[in-house]
Amino acid sequence: MALLEIENLHVGVEDEDIRILNGVDLTLDTGALHAIMGPNGSGKSTLASVLAGREEYEVLEGSIRYDGEDLLELEPEERAEAGVFLAFQYPVELPGVSMTNFLKEAVNSVREARGQEELSSTEFLQQMRERADMLGLDADLTKRSVNEGFSGGEKKRNEIFQLAMLEPRLAILDETDSGLDIDALQSVANGVNKLRDGSRGFLVITHYERILQYIVPDRIHVMMDGQIARSGDKDLAETLEEHGYEWIREEVAAAA
Amino acid sequence: MSTSETQYLEGKASEDYKHGFYTDIDAETAPDGLTEDVVRYIAHRKDEPEWLLEWRLKAFRHARDRIDGGETIDWAHLDYEAPKFDEISYFSAPKETASYDSIDEVPDEILETFERLGIPLEEQKALTGVAVDAVMDSVSVATTFKEKLKEKGVIFKSFGEAAKEHPEIVREYMGTVVPYTDNLYAAINSAVFSDGSFVYVPEGVTCPMELSTYFRINEAGTGQFERTLIVAEPGAYVSYLEGCTAPMRKENQLHAAVVELVAHEDAEIKYSTIQNWYPGDPDTGEGGVYNLVTKRGLCKGDNSKISWTQLETGSAVTQKYPSVILAGDDSVGEFYSVAFTKGHQQADTGTKMQHIGKNTKSTIISKGISADVADNSYRGQVKVSKNADNARNFSQCDSMLLGPDCGAHTYPYIESNNPSAQIEHEATTSKVGEDQMFYCHQRGLGEEEALKLIVNGFCQEVLQELPMEFAVEAKELLDIELEGSVG
Repeated sequence: MALLEIENLHVGVEDEDIRILNGVDLTLDTGALHAIMGPNGSGKSTLASVLAGREEYEVLEGSIRYDGEDLLELEPEERAEAGVFLAFQYPVELPGVSMTNFLKEAVNSVREARGQEELSSTEFLQQMRERADMLGLDADLTKRSVNEGFSGGEKKRNEIFQLAMLEPRLAILDETDSGLDIDALQSVANGVNKLRDGSRGFLVITHYERILQYIVPDRIHVMMDGQIARSGDKDLAETLEEHGYEWIREEVAAAA
Repeated sequence: MSTSETQYLEGKASEDYKHGFYTDIDAETAPDGLTEDVVRYIAHRKDEPEWLLEWRLKAFRHARDRIDGGETIDWAHLDYEAPKFDEISYFSAPKETASYDSIDEVPDEILETFERLGIPLEEQKALTGVAVDAVMDSVSVATTFKEKLKEKGVIFKSFGEAAKEHPEIVREYMGTVVPYTDNLYAAINSAVFSDGSFVYVPEGVTCPMELSTYFRINEAGTGQFERTLIVAEPGAYVSYLEGCTAPMRKENQLHAAVVELVAHEDAEIKYSTIQNWYPGDPDTGEGGVYNLVTKRGLCKGDNSKISWTQLETGSAVTQKYPSVILAGDDSVGEFYSVAFTKGHQQADTGTKMQHIGKNTKSTIISKGISADVADNSYRGQVKVSKNADNARNFSQCDSMLLGPDCGAHTYPYIESNNPSAQIEHEATTSKVGEDQMFYCHQRGLGEEEALKLIVNGFCQEVLQELPMEFAVEAKELLDIELEGSVG
């Protein structure tokens, strides 16, 4: 069943005459993992932000249905409660807010919205240890302030850790692989693969084919100029790696 | 900042003052104005020894001269009408006189007041080892845990009692850290101080519990002038908690306290404050408390330590600079502060660290948060004397703005007369970022939850310095301050 249905999505920047998305169509089923690739400025991260509900973007046309409901009707925190998770490209620092405190608030807020009981402190801490172990995350990280003084790699791994804790139904990874060395990349990929248990859908936004060697996608979409210019199976990534994006642009132009 | 966020942050201040009620107890009030008669009246009412009256009178003459000379304090970043010193009543006491033998004798009204403030005095006995010396208006009405303290030789009394029962100690230390000539408000306090607390910890004794006093201003137009003196003999340790709330009143209420701390060799005093007095009408700023306080500690002996921690959320005007004179070699001074201003509140607060002894060390962590049209200033001085070899100071002053119309200012003064001094100062000003808020929302947290989390995080370095039970109360108070009209 379709978890996410994006139809003819047009998006601009609030109060400005700028269009970023020009008619995106995309359907993601529960259990599936789709990669979204494309050159800089093609609208990949904007799509992620719109899905999460960032206010500076304005939906001009089209619709997004999540689990059959109109996603655009929901506030960002309601989307999170409904199971939409965004792994940020640039996770922000929250000085003085401990990871434990932050995640406990977040997990319980999401659980409450889903009609589940709050976790006791003991249960929560145990879950936190388990998930950190599963991702090979240094337990010390959970004692520090959210993202404060984290290295680039730690920040990205921390996003995946939060994904594991919040158990979303739709996980969007916004260039989680960028700026990672090979060890960190593998660690992030391992985490994602462990969480890929058929109960959720993934949108993996990336610049590079590299991560798709470790996280094998069901589909790959190439975005250009705010549209999905081409979709294909995992082999498309290799073609892109070899030939770049320009040939797609030429094809699209020729077809128009 | 997006519109809804701004609206929310602005709207948050509209909550009513939670502790705005008034206890109906007959009080005897001195006639208005600062006169010799009033000073004598206070001393007489309190049945004080002659030496204390004379001390008051000296201070009175000094205060009178300064008032008559037209003295104003205009250097602070504050904008308010100076109190009219001759229209203030300088003393009021609950009619049923103080000093009850047991808690059963305390009038129900008073006990109810404390219950409504969430300070069930009766339960305090059974609770976490906090002894409470309750100051209602100006006279101490109940003291618990006396026995346990007595065993250790710790004296914890109202200032009035101490002046009668331990005159030799009071006379030795009173006015030595904050002389009555120090400033206008210290002079007035010295002349007409009502009551306050006195703590004496003998040599080598670690005080077995946190000592706690709740102050409350209760009579219309009555200034409250407490005086606190804490003396820690060599090797002694004491942690003192001062928590404050005041009922809602129309007139501005002047509160000018004096706190003096003396730490001898190897002694440590930890002084923590939560101040939540009526801040005035959120729309006009009218009617709030003027909190003009002189707090100073003297690290007299080598290797002594004095630490101030404060959470200031109340009052219309706050002006206070809890300071440490680092006289002993290797002595340590600390100042941890959170000042939260909203509505029309104004705060000009900070500290003064005076390095005199060798190898002395001071730390200053100040967090200012402003909302609405409030103004929040940090003013701090670090002074290193000629002989203070290897003095070290670290200062960090962070400000957070919760809207477009509030202000934050930092005024650091550094004076070093010794080339071996190491002084570091860091200052930041930030707005609660839309990015931070969005990050929290994306993890399922609503406006209010997100803001509480971010502000509490901002204050964490300071809050963690508070004793455990106070830290919980402090976090709660900050949360209440941040609660508002969310959608």
